[in-house]
Amino acid sequence: MAVEQTPAQTGAQSRIHNIGYRSYDGQRLGRAYARRSLYSQSLRGAYGLGRSAKSKVLPMLLFAVMCAPALIMVAVTVATKAHKLPVEYTNYAIIMQGLIGLYVASQAPQAVSRDLRFKTVPLYFSRPIETADYVRAKYAAMTSALFIITAVPLVVLYVGALLAKLDFTDQTKGFLQGLVSVALLSLLFAGIGLVISAVTPRRGFGIAAVIAVLTISYGAVSTLQAIADAQGTTGAVPWIGLFSPITLIDGVQTAFLGATSSYPGGAGPGTGEGVLFLLAVLGLIAGCYGLLMRRYRKVGL
Amino acid sequence: MPRQLFGLTTGVVCATTVVDVTVIATESLSKRFPRVTALDRLSMDIGPGVTGLVGANGAGKSTLIKILLGLSPATEGRAAVLGLDVATEGAAIRERVGYMPEHDCLPPDVSATEFVVHMARMSGLPPAAARERTADTLRHVGLYEERYRPIGGYSTGMKQRVKLAQALVHDPQLVFLDEPTNGLDPVGRDEMLGLIRRIHTDFGISVLVTSHLLGELERTCDHVVVVDGGKLLRSSSTTDFTQSTAILAIEVTDTDEHPDGTAAMRDALHARGVDTHDGSGLPGAGHILLLTAESEDTYDLVRDTVAGLGLGLVRMEQRRHHISEVFTDSDEQQSTAHHSAGKEAVGHGG
Repeated sequence: MAVEQTPAQTGAQSRIHNIGYRSYDGQRLGRAYARRSLYSQSLRGAYGLGRSAKSKVLPMLLFAVMCAPALIMVAVTVATKAHKLPVEYTNYAIIMQGLIGLYVASQAPQAVSRDLRFKTVPLYFSRPIETADYVRAKYAAMTSALFIITAVPLVVLYVGALLAKLDFTDQTKGFLQGLVSVALLSLLFAGIGLVISAVTPRRGFGIAAVIAVLTISYGAVSTLQAIADAQGTTGAVPWIGLFSPITLIDGVQTAFLGATSSYPGGAGPGTGEGVLFLLAVLGLIAGCYGLLMRRYRKVGL
Repeated sequence: MPRQLFGLTTGVVCATTVVDVTVIATESLSKRFPRVTALDRLSMDIGPGVTGLVGANGAGKSTLIKILLGLSPATEGRAAVLGLDVATEGAAIRERVGYMPEHDCLPPDVSATEFVVHMARMSGLPPAAARERTADTLRHVGLYEERYRPIGGYSTGMKQRVKLAQALVHDPQLVFLDEPTNGLDPVGRDEMLGLIRRIHTDFGISVLVTSHLLGELERTCDHVVVVDGGKLLRSSSTTDFTQSTAILAIEVTDTDEHPDGTAAMRDALHARGVDTHDGSGLPGAGHILLLTAESEDTYDLVRDTVAGLGLGLVRMEQRRHHISEVFTDSDEQQSTAHHSAGKEAVGHGG
């Protein structure tokens, strides 16, 4: 690998010698490797690993709080020998959406704003990796981080359900449906979080904007749904659900993943309407990716 | 140097030999934005060694670097770096080239080691090699124990060293250094320039360094290219510059015996047949004498004269051209006006 250009001096082993500049003839692993490295660095960063102790606090705390209810539910189920879990796998993320939103808001800006704010981006693009590599690595890392925080509680529930000797087939089916649902949720939330944070180099603005977008859209949608439900126009309830990320996910899993809708009156979309929900989700994900690509093509050097 | 560098037209024959002698070549390279022409038919060949790229702000230096890194397409013309075409082989170029940007680019919350290791991996170095190269490179640029502390607490000089380290960590064949002395104090400047010199002499890496100060590049570079308004103004080896500009600036103290030490010194030098100028228009004018150093003897002569008069020698330093004079020179050449001798040239040097 590295070759010493100046012969090492003889003498006591403990002495430090100036061995001069050594050139590097070893492997250069190229773009795919760089992309993977950026992915793992960003994923670790999303949980504060490899960063200061202070930045570990919030993600770790949120992770613990996400898992705690699952643990309690499992404990209750096992202790009371109940015949089913207190909550469906698909419903867990919907109930905990506030925390998920908080996690996206705190970590998405961290993932992209730092590089923008401290102008580190040109250092990446002066290397073999390109815009697409950077965007994909960041998007994948954020999605994985979200998947971890949403899927681990489901694993806890599943393991608990098996310990409580609940029906294996039922539980496995529900668990897998839940995993698909949170995977979709992770992709969608990561996309929205990253696009919003990539617009501003200021982390604070990013955090506030992500929280605002997620809570305001959900607040507005659920209020309208409640009004529609109360006025008896139940038919409108699912359609209103198209307009916020979390109700979109709810719609998709109601239509395809055997979930019970959390919409007022349980009036989720049917399979036909569900296709539109699924398309909306996929469209949003693709749109977020496109916007990120556009953004990073501009910031270049 | 040969235009056939573009092996595209002249075949493979020259591909290997030309790479050895030409590091960067451009051929009527132009870059036009809707409103501005950043580069205007720039043709040049740059060999190995340290090359200075001098130009005022907005002269097109950064645009040129962007094109050479293969990140921005040229409007017309061609360019090759290390024998690779910038339009089609940008990724291969970026693997072999290091880049140190002009602006701040360091996150404050990580240590220099962590940051440079990460950047090494982004260049494709395997984890173990990345750590080893990082330790080596940081030591070479002069960062020791402080490399484990967060970058936020570094001085400007230390930050510049980290920026340099990340450009060198993957052992490139060529580095682009964009204004590396920006924001440094005189001592920091000298250290940085010494480091740049070593990048070539000790590390064997060719350097393209930009600056708007010709003076500091003259001391460091083998070759200086001057651009203005996107056009090539002058491209020559630095010996051309220095030979014509060995001007000494002298400042002496006043004593009771010689209330005007400068005047006394001037008269004494005149008496010995040395012509002086008073450096009017310069900071400290009236206290500074400028004279042309014909040879090493001039230094001795000045020393003896000062000692003979019993004055204190405050300074004796070499003065060099300021970039503006290169522009003036070339304007004069263009308008075929009289070309004044180099000894009139004054400017701020080291």
